[in-house]
Amino acid sequence: MATHQISVGDVRSRTSEIEQDLGPEKMSLNMGPSHPSTHGVLRLKLELDGEVVTKCDPDLGYLHHGDEKIAENMTYNQFIAYTERLVYLARLANNVAFALAVENLAHLEVPPRCRAIRVIISELARISAHLLGLGVYAMDTGALSVFMYTFTEREKLYTLFEKLTGARLTTSYTRIGGLARDLPEGWLGEVNRFIANLIPLVDEVDALLSRNRIFVDRTRDVGVISAEDALAYGLTGPNLRASGVPMDLRKDRPYCGYQNYDFDIPVGGTGDSYDRYRVRMEEIRQSAGIVRQVIEKMPDGPYYAEEAKRIFPPPKERVMTRMEELIQNFMITTQGPQIPPGEVYFEAENPKGALGFFIHSKGGGVPYRLKIRGPSFCNLSILPKICVGAMLSDVVVILVSLDFVMGECDR
Amino acid sequence: MEVFNILWITAKAFVVIIVLLSLSNLAILAERKVSGWIQGRVGPNRTALPVIGAIPILGTGLTRLGLFQPLADGLKLLLKEDPVPDHVNKFYYFLAPVAAFIPAVTAISVLPFGETVRNGVPQPIVLADLDIGILFIFAVASLGVYGVILAGWASNSKYPFLGGIRSSAQMISYELALGLSILPVFMWSNAPGSGAGLNLFAVVQGQEHIWNVFWMPVSALLFLVAIFAETNRLPFDMAESESELVSGFSTEYGSFKFGLFFLAEYAHIVVGSGVFTVLFLGGWRLPFIASYFSGGMTGAALSVMVFCAKTFLVVFLFMWVRWTLPRFRYDQIMKLGWTVMLPLSLLNIIGYAILLAIWDGM
Amino acid sequence: MEDPILSQLTASYPYLTPRPSSDHPSVNCPVENLLELAGALKDRESFDMLSDITCIDWFTSSPRFSAVYHFYSSTGHRYLRVVVALKDDEHPRAPSLTGLWPAADWHEREAYDMFGVAFENHPDLRRILMWEGYAWHPLRKEFPLAGHETDLPDEEIRRETGTRVIPAPMDGGPFAASQQSGIMSRREPRGADESWNEDKEKPQ
Repeated sequence: MATHQISVGDVRSRTSEIEQDLGPEKMSLNMGPSHPSTHGVLRLKLELDGEVVTKCDPDLGYLHHGDEKIAENMTYNQFIAYTERLVYLARLANNVAFALAVENLAHLEVPPRCRAIRVIISELARISAHLLGLGVYAMDTGALSVFMYTFTEREKLYTLFEKLTGARLTTSYTRIGGLARDLPEGWLGEVNRFIANLIPLVDEVDALLSRNRIFVDRTRDVGVISAEDALAYGLTGPNLRASGVPMDLRKDRPYCGYQNYDFDIPVGGTGDSYDRYRVRMEEIRQSAGIVRQVIEKMPDGPYYAEEAKRIFPPPKERVMTRMEELIQNFMITTQGPQIPPGEVYFEAENPKGALGFFIHSKGGGVPYRLKIRGPSFCNLSILPKICVGAMLSDVVVILVSLDFVMGECDR
Repeated sequence: MEVFNILWITAKAFVVIIVLLSLSNLAILAERKVSGWIQGRVGPNRTALPVIGAIPILGTGLTRLGLFQPLADGLKLLLKEDPVPDHVNKFYYFLAPVAAFIPAVTAISVLPFGETVRNGVPQPIVLADLDIGILFIFAVASLGVYGVILAGWASNSKYPFLGGIRSSAQMISYELALGLSILPVFMWSNAPGSGAGLNLFAVVQGQEHIWNVFWMPVSALLFLVAIFAETNRLPFDMAESESELVSGFSTEYGSFKFGLFFLAEYAHIVVGSGVFTVLFLGGWRLPFIASYFSGGMTGAALSVMVFCAKTFLVVFLFMWVRWTLPRFRYDQIMKLGWTVMLPLSLLNIIGYAILLAIWDGM
Repeated sequence: MEDPILSQLTASYPYLTPRPSSDHPSVNCPVENLLELAGALKDRESFDMLSDITCIDWFTSSPRFSAVYHFYSSTGHRYLRVVVALKDDEHPRAPSLTGLWPAADWHEREAYDMFGVAFENHPDLRRILMWEGYAWHPLRKEFPLAGHETDLPDEEIRRETGTRVIPAPMDGGPFAASQQSGIMSRREPRGADESWNEDKEKPQ
C-alpha cells in the first residue's frame, strides 16, 4: 500500500483494498460512506460486472458512538436522551421502548392515561418515520416532488411534537415510570386535525406512485426476500411483513394496551421492494386509525406511576413545598431511578422493526450492561445476499426500501 | 459590402446567442419556480439587486419573481473557487464542458423563429436558412454527447465514468428513434412538386391549416420522448441520476465548468423545444388566423413572440414531467428505446407512407 | 414462578439449568451444548428467529464472559434467553450459530468486535463497527469510557495530513469523562472545563 504514490483525493486509494483480487472483467465501486443514497454513513464495497452487482460488502461503524458503553456509565433517566439518537426519525417511539424495558425490569405498571399517550406518540413517530421513508423512497427513484409533499406533512407533525415536548427533534418525552409532563391543552384536537389532513396526502402519494408504470418497473421484483430468508436473517418490522410474515409485536405481545385498539397488519406477498413500499403506505393509514381510537378513548388520571416513589420524581410544586418529596426528587436526580437487579429483554415494534433493549441490572440507578438491538442492523445484514445480481440502480432501491437508519445500526 | 454582410451576420448571431443564453438562464429560474410551484413551495424570491431592488413596486415585484436569481447563480458559478482534482486528464477535463456547450448553442443557428414578409414573399427570421436545416440540427446537437462522454472519461473517477457510459449508450439508442420519428413530417411537407427539402421554414409553411401534432400524433409523441432522452432529462437522466451516481458525469466538476454543463443542458432544452414547436406546433402560426404577421415589423415581432410562447409551453412540459415522474433504470431505457420506440417509429413511417400514397392516388 | 416452557425445556435437555430472569424464560447452557441446543430450538421448539446475540463482561469473576442469546418464536410469540458462560477469560471462544441462522453473522461479528469473543467456524469473523486493526475491545469493562488514543489506521492519510493519532474520543474533546472517580456525577461524560480566570490559564 505504501509503495505507490496516491494523494488523499484519489478515489483509488479508497477502493484499493477491494480492488486487489478483482479480475480484469470486474470493477470495484465504493458506494458511501458519503453518498446521496446511503442515507447516512453506510459504505458498500460493490463489485460490478458492467452495471450488475456481483458482490456487496457493507461496511458499518462510521456512526458508531458507543451508546452501550455510555449507558453503563449513566442513570436510566439520563440515557433516555441517548435512545433518541438511535432512530432519529422516530425519537418518541425509542423513548417509549426504552422506558418499557426498564419498567419491565422494575415490574412497574404505568397508569392507563400514560399508556394511551405512549401509544399516541409511538404511532405519531411511526407516521413521521414512514412519511420520511416514503418521501426518500420516491426521491431515490427520481420522483422528487413526493419527497417535498411528505416532508411538508412531517413538518406539521414536528410542530405538534414541539407543542408536546418543547423540542422538534430531541424530544425526550418519556420517563421511566411515566412521562415528562401531561398533554398540553387542546393538543389532541390538533392531532385529530393533522390526522384528518394526513389521509388525503397519503392518497395523493398513492396516486402519484403506486400505479406509476416507471415506479412499479423500478421496484417490482427488485430485492426479493423470501419469508424464510427474512426470518433467518432476523428481519423485523415492515421488511418482514412485506415478505408475508404477519409478525407485529403490537399484536403478538401487546404492550401499552395495544390490544384495546383495532388495527390490521398489512402484509406483502412477494417480499420485493414494491411490497415494502405498499406495506409502509398502509401502515401509515393503520397508525392514523390507532391514533384516532386512542383519542376517542383517552382516559383521565395520572400520567405517571405515583406509587413508584423511588423511580419517578414527584411534581415540581410538591418538591418545592414538602421535605419528603424534596429528598425523593434529590435522590432520583443524583442516584437515578432505583431499579431492582435482574435481566430483561424487551422488543417494541418500532417503525423500522423490533427495537430491543437487553438490560442486566445489578440494582441501583445504572445498568450493568445494556445492549441495543437495532432493527436496522439486522435488516441490513441481508444486503450481501439480495444485492447480488441486482443492477447498480437497483441497489439504491433496495437500500431505500429496507428503510434503515445508521444511528441505530452503528449505535 | 462583403465585409458589412459578415459583420451584420456576426452581430445577428451575437444577439441570438445572448438571447438564447438569457433564455437558458431564465429556464433555470423557471425550473426552480415550477418545481417550487409543483411542490407547494415558493421558489427563489429573495435575491435582490442593490438599486433596482429598492424601487418600490417594480423592484420588489422583480425580487418576488426571483428574476435576479439567475444573475446571482451565474456570478456565483463564475467567481467561486475552481477545483481541479489531480487525478483527472487535464486537457479533456477542460475540453468537456466546452464540447458540451458549443453544440447546444450552435443548433439555434438554423432554427427559424419568426416570419417576415419581404417584397410580398414570406421570409423566415433565422440566422442561416439552410436547405438541410433539420439534418444540421441533428448533426450538431448529437455532438453534445461527446461533452458528457469526455467528462465521464477524463474525470478518471468511477461515478462520472458510469454516467458517461450510460449517457452515450442512451444517446445512440434514441438518436435512431429521433431521426425516424420526424420522417413523416418531411414526407408530408415534400409533397410532389413542393421541393421543400429538409428546410424547417417549409415545414412551418406546410402547417398553415393543421398543426402536425394533430395530423401525426404518434410522430409528435415519439419525437418528444426522444428529445427528453437526448437532453438527458428525467425520466431519462441516466447521465446524472443523482440518487445512484451522485452527480453522474459532472461529479468532479465545479465552478464555471459545471456552470457550462448546466447552461448547456438548458440550452438543449430550449432548442429542443424550439424544434418541437417548429415541427409539430406550427411554429409561429396560430390556428384559424392565417396571416396576422403580414404587417411588416410588428407582424414579425408578433410572430417571434408567438413562437417563444409556444416554446416556453414545451419547456414547461419538460419541467412538469421532471418534477412528477420517477427515473427509469438503465436497462429499461435501453429496452424502451430498442424494443418500443424504434419499431414504433418504423411502423409510423410505413403507415404514413401508405396513407400518403393513398392520398396522392385520390 | 415456574414457566411451563422452562420446565419442559429443562426436562428435555438435562444440561440446561434455569436462570433468574425478570421477564422471559431463561436458561444457562454449557458452551459445549450450545450448538446442539440451538439446532433443537430451531427444529423442534419452533424458535425460528434469532433476535439478538450479545455478551456480558463480569470483569472480576471467572468465567469472565457470558454470551447471551435471545430466540423468538414467530408462531408461539415468545422469547427464550440462553446464557452461555465462556471458557477462556482473556480469549473467550464460542461456537458460531451462522450455520443455523444467517442473522448470527453480524451479531457475532459485533460481539467479537466489542468483547473479543472468537466465534468458531464463523465464515467471516472481522470487526464490524470499529476498524480492522483496532487494538481494543471497547465494551470490555477495563476499557475506559473516555477511550484510548489510537494510531490513525490509514497510512496515506497519516502521511498526507501529518496526523499520527486519533485522540481518545471523550478525553480532551468537547466532552470529557473520568473513569477514576467513583462518584457517578463525576464519571458521566460532561463538557470539558474550558473556563479560565486570573488563576487558571486559558486552555489552548
